[in-house]
Amino acid sequence: MSTQSLIPTVEVQDDFRARAHKALGDQQLRNNFRSAMDSLMTKRAVAFSDAHEREHLRALGNAIRARALSKLPDLLEQLEQNLTRNGVKVHWAETVDEANGIVLSIIRAHEARQVIKGKSMVSEEMEMNHVLAEQGIECLESDMGEFIVQLDHEKPSHIIMPAIHKNAGQVASLFHDKLGVEYTKDVDQLIQIGRRVLREKFFEADVGVSGVNFAVAETGTLLLVENEGNGRMSTTVPPVHIAVTGIEKVVENLRDVVPLLSLLTRSALGQPITTYVNMISGPRKAEELDGPQEVHLVLLDNGRSQAFADSELRQTLNCIRCGACMNHCPVYTRIGGHTYGEVYPGPIGKIITPHMVGLAKVPDHPSASSLCGACGEVCPVKIPIPALLRRLREENVKAPDSPHQVMRGQGSKYSRKERMIWNVWTRLNTSPRLYRLFGFFATRLRQLVPSNVGPWTQNHSAPKPAARSLHELAREHLAKQDKH
Amino acid sequence: MSAKQNILAKLRKSLTGTTPLADNFDEALVTEPWRYAPEQRIAQLRKLMEAVHTEIHLTTAADWPQRVAQLMRERQLPSLLIAPATAHGQQLTAYWQQCGDLPPLKAYDRPVEDWKAELFNDTPASLTGTLGAIAATGSLIVWPTPQEPRLMSLVPPVHFALLNASEIHDNFYEVQQKFSWAAGMPTNALLISGPSKTADIEQVLAYGAHGPKDLVVLILEDR
Repeated sequence: MSTQSLIPTVEVQDDFRARAHKALGDQQLRNNFRSAMDSLMTKRAVAFSDAHEREHLRALGNAIRARALSKLPDLLEQLEQNLTRNGVKVHWAETVDEANGIVLSIIRAHEARQVIKGKSMVSEEMEMNHVLAEQGIECLESDMGEFIVQLDHEKPSHIIMPAIHKNAGQVASLFHDKLGVEYTKDVDQLIQIGRRVLREKFFEADVGVSGVNFAVAETGTLLLVENEGNGRMSTTVPPVHIAVTGIEKVVENLRDVVPLLSLLTRSALGQPITTYVNMISGPRKAEELDGPQEVHLVLLDNGRSQAFADSELRQTLNCIRCGACMNHCPVYTRIGGHTYGEVYPGPIGKIITPHMVGLAKVPDHPSASSLCGACGEVCPVKIPIPALLRRLREENVKAPDSPHQVMRGQGSKYSRKERMIWNVWTRLNTSPRLYRLFGFFATRLRQLVPSNVGPWTQNHSAPKPAARSLHELAREHLAKQDKH
Repeated sequence: MSAKQNILAKLRKSLTGTTPLADNFDEALVTEPWRYAPEQRIAQLRKLMEAVHTEIHLTTAADWPQRVAQLMRERQLPSLLIAPATAHGQQLTAYWQQCGDLPPLKAYDRPVEDWKAELFNDTPASLTGTLGAIAATGSLIVWPTPQEPRLMSLVPPVHFALLNASEIHDNFYEVQQKFSWAAGMPTNALLISGPSKTADIEQVLAYGAHGPKDLVVLILEDR
């Protein structure tokens, strides 16, 4: 397993529509997602069997996140003060390039060659593996799912279950080809192979990288949840631990994590709690015998402050990354995570990604939704995802000369023709005289409607007005009644 | 301007004219659904921990070393890592000396750097204490100390944990309040709710991912 063979990830091809079309035709992929999502939905439903308890807890979760965001700059400073007091070095980065620069300088200061990484979606935003590899530094994923996708030069297709798009047979072939082990579809054996390979890596690694689930301002504590133990390994065994996280992950008090933790693990996996809840408040003390000598926290903005600037879009930052919205999304389940082409797929991805990469780069994101509302209904912190999608649709067609600059890449789908048609349509429907005139001609000239009306007629028959409008029929009817 | 100043300036500007939201944390929501009668706590903990493959044994403050010896024989474990400076470490050592023919005890009494390879490759089992447990979620509370370091509950494939029955608490909120966690957290605090596991391949649950494959909890009923 050479460093080089682990580096490039498959580049995303085509545009969203083309990828979606391709994914819809892939029966294996659809089966893999369908069965996984069905099982995750059932597990969540069982874990929240008491609807009353669930709804109160969601309201509390929402209130905690909203409160944290309402004093975010103060909490970030408090977090930094307390972490610094505890001996953790805090770094700030506006962009992913800055964040990578910080990570690289820490790694260089230790002349480190091998990095082992616990699961971290922020490090995916940074494309940390790629950046480090370019510098000749091996950065190996240690979460089983992440390890599998890295081995196959892929990116995660789900934020909690990165390799959910693969079945055991596909993993078996991958391990056989890449690790030279005997082919086996037995999941226990496959996991033991991963354990063996990665134990060696934990042992050798010079630096461990992790994400953060909640950063507690009050105590200066980084809380990580996980089932595998790779997060504990990555943050405890190597001499240096670098945690990377978004600026929105901070909560005010330690007690705030009690309901959030319960919401997170039950929404994500249907578990009352994960196997490990790892609370890190500092590096190894002089008298301690293990743990990292140095702990760093990198706080990354990467577009979050843009979402924060708008009080409606700010709710995007409530997210605790449970993945329930994608598990319940009829679109995600059918097209899979890779189709979105970005780090965060599914409903949450559609509302957070535009802030990170600009709306112009993901113009189809806001409209790749049936607005069925399932995501908003299950969100443990009550992010109104459908409302935010509608809002992004508006931003997407905003005129270029609009004085309201809300987000990078806004107006990327603006079309003068479309705007003109809507203006005419608005006028028709708000002026009674024009409306009657329009109704008269639309019904009389109904034979002139073309049989091909753009995308509409791909799946529907062309709309054909009735011979007489309802208004006219009603008037005729009333006139007849008056005669009698 | 530094990145920090830029980020904070942007956030502050966005909050201009707003006031921070009030703290209306309703503790009843995280305590009332999660209360148990004292005699139910062991059963509740046991139900949840066994559901995720934890092995649980009921024993006493006097008998547990003997039980550990027996479990080690059954599993044919060749050695056991202990924290020699802890009270339970000393109790176990005394019992081992008295018996004489048991697999060797290893002491975690030096920095990990001095014996990392042995810890990873030749340490099949460990025994640690706990600060108690949480019935609501089936979790052990572990605060590693200089005497009983972090990796003891992580690297060896079998982890024996001692739990005093009287220290099983109802819920996480109660534990935080009762022991004033917010007033000072240790370097590392852990909740451990079973052996290490993963469902990353096809959602099939497999135990023994990266941490211990077996978690064996000895509940001391009289303590």
